[in-house]
Amino acid sequence: MSVPALEARGLVKQFGALLATDDVSFTIQAGARQALIGPNGAGKTTLINLLTGVVEPTEGQVLLQDHNVTALSSSQRVRLGLSRTFQINQLFPHLTPAESLGLAISERNGSGADFWRVAGTRPAIVAEIEELLTRFGLEGEMDQPTRKLPYGKQRLLEIALALATRPRVLLLDEPAAGVPEEERQDILAALSALPADVAILLIEHDMDLVFTFATRISVLVAGRLLTEGEPEEIAADERVRAVYLGEDAG
Amino acid sequence: MRAAQPTATTRRLEAHLHRRARWRWPEIVFWVAALGAIVVLPSRAALINEILIAGLFALSLDLILGLTGIVSLGQAAFFGLGAYSAAILASKGFADPTLGLLFGAAIAAVLGLATAPLLLRGGDLTRLMVTLGVSLMLGELANRNGWLTGGADGLNFSMGKVLGLFPIGFTGQRNAALYSFAALFILFAVARRLAQSPFGLALAAIRENRLRAGALGIATSRRIVAIYTVSAAYAGAAGALLAETTQIVSLDLFDFHRSADVMLMLIIGGAGYLYGGIIGAAVFIVLRDVISAATPEYWEFWIGALLVVLVLIGRERIHDFAVRAASSLAPDAARGDAA
Repeated sequence: MSVPALEARGLVKQFGALLATDDVSFTIQAGARQALIGPNGAGKTTLINLLTGVVEPTEGQVLLQDHNVTALSSSQRVRLGLSRTFQINQLFPHLTPAESLGLAISERNGSGADFWRVAGTRPAIVAEIEELLTRFGLEGEMDQPTRKLPYGKQRLLEIALALATRPRVLLLDEPAAGVPEEERQDILAALSALPADVAILLIEHDMDLVFTFATRISVLVAGRLLTEGEPEEIAADERVRAVYLGEDAG
Repeated sequence: MRAAQPTATTRRLEAHLHRRARWRWPEIVFWVAALGAIVVLPSRAALINEILIAGLFALSLDLILGLTGIVSLGQAAFFGLGAYSAAILASKGFADPTLGLLFGAAIAAVLGLATAPLLLRGGDLTRLMVTLGVSLMLGELANRNGWLTGGADGLNFSMGKVLGLFPIGFTGQRNAALYSFAALFILFAVARRLAQSPFGLALAAIRENRLRAGALGIATSRRIVAIYTVSAAYAGAAGALLAETTQIVSLDLFDFHRSADVMLMLIIGGAGYLYGGIIGAAVFIVLRDVISAATPEYWEFWIGALLVVLVLIGRERIHDFAVRAASSLAPDAARGDAA
């Protein structure tokens, strides 16, 4: 069996009296299209924060390509290939999409500490910015300050920025959150066009999106992993229907 | 390698990323005017020199506050340290101004590097207090170590000629202003370049959204330490220039009001675009000169009033108003607008 792209071993996170993450273990294989679902308050965002190093676990380990990264900061994990997007946009309001992407690319290829060369004078970086802008349909807005972009475009920039770090594992925290119906297709198209070799963990409320996108689904309830399986299994699972899908069924 | 023919998108992208790289004509006018003022107004050379030095000091604050979003009320620590370092070096017989300038900047940079880690934790209030505390400590150290610093009496010393050619000081005030101008211009050009580099872009990212900056793999702490060190060197250079061109240093260089004044200057001129500190220094010092000639006691009242107006109304709205007022004063343009 190949080395998993990302592995969580017995993760526990205690916030005072609240047990937000309760002994969670799971793996994501290279190139996987996995989804993490669960009702509100199930601890999905805490789990993402544990995996990316924003929050330190009370117990347990995070392994990236079999390397123990539990003690590393989030920016160190990014450089090892673990990237994420945010449920609430975390962008640079006064920078343009082109500048933001250029920044992410320079950081990745090691020219981020270069203090003398004017940003954007390396043809390879310019070419890569252009490629990302085109892939996410942001060419038209490339030179606008990010804060002036329509919300749907900002969501796309969220994903583009994460992809600019060339991750091996990409965690998408509700990429379609708050996106109006008519712009959802753009998000879905962007998601299905993500590079096949990148392992993706999608955290999402939108069941249509989850079942269109994922080939494997993990269900988190009250900080614990309830079950894992293929979409058909999850859809048929009585316990999942009870705690989660039941909400929709009424 | 890419095809030889760049697409329209590539060209637009490159033009966008380079848009600030070329020196534009208002910038060139700015620097020519500053140099012209020294040549045309030799009787005001001392005042101009003070503005240039204060402008460099405010530029040092802009590097951390405007570019990176790190507040400080302790820039006087580096200003005073740079001044005393240059003064002590000169009093020991090494009186070359350029050497003293580099020495003052270097010693201040060392203190910046040593104290930068204190800025990495806590919020803005913590940073204000930590930076203020460091400058208080340094002022007291200078006070207590009179064998080196002259204590409360300060230190008088004489300076050599700039590049061995141009005497500065009381008899060479125009030379002093030209010397400060050269130092300011070179350090400004370096800062301008730095602001447009990937490093400068990363500083903007830290200012705009530190969480996301970290999520892109930017080592935010290291970048903050680096720019704080550069900022300290700039403040130290400003202090060294003041010491060398006045040939006296005293304990008030470490005073809290220096740190506060430099922040006022930066806010008056506008933070984040590098010219704000110099413009603010000019406004601040010229206003002080003009108002204190009329009403010696009350000039701070008017500076205070200006500050309140600027912060409450906002610089952009004042700018728009000025543009509209200017176009209504030009009758042709006004008629054109009305039609």
